[in-house]
Amino acid sequence: MSRVAFGSLIGHLRRTPLRRNLIGGLIGLVVVILVLESVSPFRQGQFATMAYLGIAVGGLTVLTGLNGQLSLGHGALMAVGAYTAALMLHDVDKPLPLPVVMLLSVLVTVVVGAVVGVAAARLHGPYIAGATLALAVAMPGIASFFGDTLGGEQGLSVSTPEAPGWFADAVYFLTAHDVTGTKYLAYVGWIGLIISFVLLANLSASRVGRTWRAVRDDEVAAEIAGINVGRARVMAFVVSAACAGLAGGVMAMVVRIAAPSGFPLTLSLSLLTAVVLGGLGSLFGALMGAALLTFLPQTITGLGQSLGLSDLQSAQLAPLVYGLTLVLVILLAPAGLVGTIRNAWRRRQSPDAVPVHPQQEAMQ
Amino acid sequence: MKRWTKQMTRIAGLITVGALVVACGAGGRPSSGTSSGGGAAQVGITKDTVTIGATFPLTGVAAPGYSEIPTGAQAYFDYVNANGGVNGRKIKYLVRDDGYNPTTTSEVTNELVLKDQVFAMLGALGTPTHSAVVDFLNSEKVPDLFVSSGSIQWGDDPKAKPYTFGWQPDYEIEGKIIGQWVAKNMPDAKVGLFLQDDDLGVDSEKGVRRYIDKQIVKVAKYTAGNTDVAPQIAALKASGADLVLGFNVPSYTALSQLVALKLSYKPKWFYANIGADPELIGNLLSKFSEGAVGKANPLDGVLTTVYIPGVDATDNAWVQLWQKVWDKYGKNGHLTNYRIYGMSEAYAFVQALQAAGKNPTREGIVAAVEKMGGAAGPPLAPFRYSADSHLGISGMRVVQLKGLVAKPLTPVLVTDIGDAPIKEDDSAATDSPPASGIPEVKPAG
Repeated sequence: MSRVAFGSLIGHLRRTPLRRNLIGGLIGLVVVILVLESVSPFRQGQFATMAYLGIAVGGLTVLTGLNGQLSLGHGALMAVGAYTAALMLHDVDKPLPLPVVMLLSVLVTVVVGAVVGVAAARLHGPYIAGATLALAVAMPGIASFFGDTLGGEQGLSVSTPEAPGWFADAVYFLTAHDVTGTKYLAYVGWIGLIISFVLLANLSASRVGRTWRAVRDDEVAAEIAGINVGRARVMAFVVSAACAGLAGGVMAMVVRIAAPSGFPLTLSLSLLTAVVLGGLGSLFGALMGAALLTFLPQTITGLGQSLGLSDLQSAQLAPLVYGLTLVLVILLAPAGLVGTIRNAWRRRQSPDAVPVHPQQEAMQ
Repeated sequence: MKRWTKQMTRIAGLITVGALVVACGAGGRPSSGTSSGGGAAQVGITKDTVTIGATFPLTGVAAPGYSEIPTGAQAYFDYVNANGGVNGRKIKYLVRDDGYNPTTTSEVTNELVLKDQVFAMLGALGTPTHSAVVDFLNSEKVPDLFVSSGSIQWGDDPKAKPYTFGWQPDYEIEGKIIGQWVAKNMPDAKVGLFLQDDDLGVDSEKGVRRYIDKQIVKVAKYTAGNTDVAPQIAALKASGADLVLGFNVPSYTALSQLVALKLSYKPKWFYANIGADPELIGNLLSKFSEGAVGKANPLDGVLTTVYIPGVDATDNAWVQLWQKVWDKYGKNGHLTNYRIYGMSEAYAFVQALQAAGKNPTREGIVAAVEKMGGAAGPPLAPFRYSADSHLGISGMRVVQLKGLVAKPLTPVLVTDIGDAPIKEDDSAATDSPPASGIPEVKPAG
């Protein structure tokens, strides 16, 4: 094949968002394999954590950035996904195949998300935040109330699923490394993340995404243009809930337990801070935010200890530094890390351009 | 259009390069197994150090009291290290904060085991938190010694969790001992149960009901995290219960006392050991009531149990040792019951490490702990460790608080889970520490 023909083929591929996103996903997969195969088991565990946080933050950034709904209840939706997965992986001899478990986690969360979404669609701004906040507060109580099935305060333990033979063989074929439990979970998490991000990016570039943005920017105008505002809002919430459900399912396996104390209000809030840190509406920003959530506390605690602080002081240092980072980002880079870099890039390309306000930012 | 093509060529190149690098893999498994030979150095042990790890809530709601446990253990390890360590090895004790959140416990335990390469875990605290990591520790074959929780699951099935050992008397035997004492000494009392709705409440209720099933008039359960216990206390009051047995954590002792004060409900109170530290309760009460309730003698007259002599037993040889250690190696604050708890765990760990011999292995220390049943130590009752049971201390005595001092009402009562009878056994209560303050255990077997 000549170089020109190959180039035009790629050019053709790039022309539709679906193909462009698929290529992005494939590149992502290659990077993931390279990274996971070259880091220590401890880091693999951290990458698994980053994957599930990334999925949840990605879903939330689409909801908030594209559709303008502020949810403080995504931790609770993750709990729904986690408990669904845990129920299927708790004390069973022959667990269902993992994709089925993940799919069921997503489906159950979608149902819950639809119910909450219908309620949220009738509310605006802070009231949506309030309603979803109530969800986050109520969720631990539900787990305790149905203690017989959901394990009450001490939750349901999850047996770590083993990598199926074909998967282990495939990874061995490519990399000459065996698949340990932690690495398998990291792969599951990142494959889930890539699939959901490709779908989200695709959705955002489609008619649906344009509808959501129209609703976010001006409801009346959107309605006049023939958009069913309520339906668009519920849709956005459901899609976002689906991501939270998948994230919860992965989380249950990574943490090896689903317990009420694992889903405090701070989980929902830290997802939101990750959205803000990365940049509203940006999937890449969501990944940055998830990376900060995962790696910053452990790094700072380790740094504190190597500086000779006591265990307690180092433990307190992590939230302090995270808080300061958040304040600094909001002060100095209000469009988030990714948003600010992108704005700077655009200014360089065309110096007269007006910087893009986070609210108006389109998703890439 | 041209620029796009160029860009895409670059991307295509990247993918190709990436795929090529990845393709440098094996392409298939070698037909024969390639297991690496044994005889490798023990994880976490060097010529002059033994590294161990622990997870505790140092921040968050569960931190008051519990965060003091590792400071006590650290002080005792500093004392042992200053006196030459164990077989020439200094003990490095790594503590990580989990904020009582199982997600964090899982992350920091990964860090301790996979990154810091600890030899063993010691005294990791909490039932839901430790549930998240117990299977992981056992699959990685990390000795998981003296879990700071009274749940039965740490020790009743050593086949499923061969590396995990419990520490304190489990909630079921505490329930049994309290139940029998009430049946004997207050046979006419109408008993109300105030329970935390997890293993703590469930196991204790099982134990209590063995002896006073008919005396119980009301069971009120609360969920940890929900700080409003007015409905539960009101229900107990309405039932006419004149003796309330509380199986709850310290903050709920304070909350139940406050609510009872408000409702002017004055039954006899009997709190399980876990929720009855008078000093902590005093501080919590004065904090919760914003100073309206003084710190002095908050639990005066309340019944509870004791399994390790506390700060009030100033003439006890163990407490004198702890005081000496804390005065020299303690960082901030004074000696508390929680610090004594941590020191006792640290003391038992040193015993186990000595028993595991000059060149301890992970399997070796597990085998050594299984033979530690009769080891002389601070607990009032012997351990139950054996090949068939990894449950910890076998009993306790019932006491009544007079101010901050616990007055014994019974000898030490020992028993086991299930049908095991309750017997008097003061044998372990008369142990005293060696003059050096460091155990002198001969290698086992």
